[in-house]
Amino acid sequence: MPERPLAVAMSGGVDSSVVAGMLQARGENVIGLTMQLWNQRRLPEIQSDKSTGRCCSLDDVYDARAVAQHLGIPYYVVNFERDFEDQVVRPFVDEYLAGRTPIPCTLCNNFIKFDRFLDMAEGVGADRIATGHYAQIRWNPDSGRWEMLRSVDRTKDQTYFLFGLKQDQLARSMFPLGAMEKSAVRELARELGIPTATKPDSQEICFVPNGDYAGFIDAYFREQGIAPREVAGELVTAAGQVIGEHAGVHHFTVGQRRGLRVAAGEPLYVISTDSASRRVTVGRDQELLSDRAHASGVNWISIAAPTEPVRAEVKIRNKHAAAPATLLPTSVADRVEIRFDQAQRAVTPGQGAVFYSDNLVLGGGWIE
Amino acid sequence: MLPVMTEVYGNASSIHYFGQTARKMLDASRMQVAALLRADSQEIVFTSGGTEADNLAIFGLTGGTGGHVITTTFEHPAVLAAAGQLDHTLVPVDGRGIVDPDRIQSALRPETKVISVMHANNEVGTIQPIAEIARIAAEAGVALHSDGVQAAGKIPVSVADLGVELYSISGHKIGAPKGIGVLYVRKGTALQPRTFGGRHERERRAGTENVAGAVALGRAAQWIAENGDAENRRQGVLRDRLEQSILDRIPDTRVNGAGAARVPNTTNIRFDGIDSDALLIALDLKGFAVSSGAACSSGAPEPSHVLLAMGLNRLEARSSIRFSLGRSNTVEQVDALVGALVDSVTHLRKLAPSYA
Repeated sequence: MPERPLAVAMSGGVDSSVVAGMLQARGENVIGLTMQLWNQRRLPEIQSDKSTGRCCSLDDVYDARAVAQHLGIPYYVVNFERDFEDQVVRPFVDEYLAGRTPIPCTLCNNFIKFDRFLDMAEGVGADRIATGHYAQIRWNPDSGRWEMLRSVDRTKDQTYFLFGLKQDQLARSMFPLGAMEKSAVRELARELGIPTATKPDSQEICFVPNGDYAGFIDAYFREQGIAPREVAGELVTAAGQVIGEHAGVHHFTVGQRRGLRVAAGEPLYVISTDSASRRVTVGRDQELLSDRAHASGVNWISIAAPTEPVRAEVKIRNKHAAAPATLLPTSVADRVEIRFDQAQRAVTPGQGAVFYSDNLVLGGGWIE
Repeated sequence: MLPVMTEVYGNASSIHYFGQTARKMLDASRMQVAALLRADSQEIVFTSGGTEADNLAIFGLTGGTGGHVITTTFEHPAVLAAAGQLDHTLVPVDGRGIVDPDRIQSALRPETKVISVMHANNEVGTIQPIAEIARIAAEAGVALHSDGVQAAGKIPVSVADLGVELYSISGHKIGAPKGIGVLYVRKGTALQPRTFGGRHERERRAGTENVAGAVALGRAAQWIAENGDAENRRQGVLRDRLEQSILDRIPDTRVNGAGAARVPNTTNIRFDGIDSDALLIALDLKGFAVSSGAACSSGAPEPSHVLLAMGLNRLEARSSIRFSLGRSNTVEQVDALVGALVDSVTHLRKLAPSYA
């Protein structure tokens, strides 16, 4: 058995279970760790029997433990609930209330999985970690950089959520599923006899049941004993005409059509939200188009920070087909101007802008 | 225990021969356990373990009518959670992990039905002034329960000298298997059953007795009667060696509960700058099973409520490790553990930004 253990982040799902199983079969000295991130018994009023596929429930811990026992690897649960709340949940709530549309999964990757977890693994003697993410990492000896690539199974690619990873984090991380089709992963799960082989994939943000962000935020404030802020406000057109009222900016995201509750001759969409004036601006579809955006907090992965304009395909939300654009450095080191070749619909503040060159992830930042 | 499970298959409540054999073994065990506590065998109620014994004590004295419970901030969850179901007062403990009997006295109310104070704390091992509290309870006419799960078998216990009405013990803490425990109930104590459907255990605990478990518990009590003093002295020497070696060889360490009388097998040590989760995983991977607090069903440890109750902050509580020694531990194992600790603590402190 190799001396240095390798820590696998096990969620109880199929993907991370297969990672543990395949690395063990490869002869690695695998230890399984499950991160307890959120107590699913909190906020009982927003839980329902139908909410499934969420992480960190007791069932998931049981599943992960059962897989570890099946494989015969050491297994532990580590409690990062406090870090998760400070680094992921509160920023998520604050972002929504500030009228932006956050991506908690990216914060979790940046501050929990590839930070706290990496530290914990190193602390217990594991110098590398492996996760079930669909993405690929490779070393480029010419540039002297760790590169990230989209997964072979393009439908499962998770690089959009991984743009914050720094070189030293990539150096110590492994994504063994990045080179596999999901069907092959399920097949391998059956071959390895993994007890959770038929478990459905998780789809939602783990701590928000049924995708009801506004309901989560309201329940969280009630739990924290924070008086509900005065969040209700007006629906206005771009010209400033008041056409209705709303229950709070956190109920809206740019491009949203449902829930506006105003009668108009043509479909109306959320164009922007402003938390200070508590105004939600609505308009026609074409008003959602913009041909440029700014990204801040940019992290460069496969290339060093450029000093000249760079051509790239830019993805502005997870389900977006990356659009050709030119990236222009600005006077601020980690801030980039994005000029799209063709105007894009619903460029949403708070979401990530991730830069690709074909399959290569150049880097990414937060849309302002 | 094995013949009891395979050959003595009778139900101890049955009248027939097989049942009588089981009954005879059960009653012999009852006497052995009674001897361990210097009690009368009629005062021994077999339960499924320490948790049920603690619950039976608290609800058995308050059941139906309710009433006020006094207990301490650093009890086992079996007591804390039970008291939490009722009107209750939590009395604080001091920095050494000792309850001040005067604080119990001031918490008394006319409607107080039971005081519950553990004999020895499960995480730090500190021994509580039960006899003093018993005098206060007796004067007030309130029943005293003590959770003796961590004390019985480790220090001499006499329920009469302690002056308690109720006393819990757990099988797996004294060498018997998991799934058996005892509540001592002093004669004349008005304890109501909390399970219904049979007249077992003198109508104090309905449910067919776990004969095999009870027999094993009796044997364990017998073993302690014969060997306990010597074994506890041996473990005390090992514990002191472990503690002193850690304090000598690893800087910035201290014993939680130092300065208090403690049971001989337990020590709880704070290692400044380390995360106890990481340390206990690192030690487990090296073959040393230690704990950062109490064992927890989800397996995801929270900072110990015992250490927080003793005035440690969250960071200090999360830097603490509990070591429990047992009959199979040797001096060589203790020395190897200290070596592993030196390595792991050094490694973890190198990674810790907060430890300079």
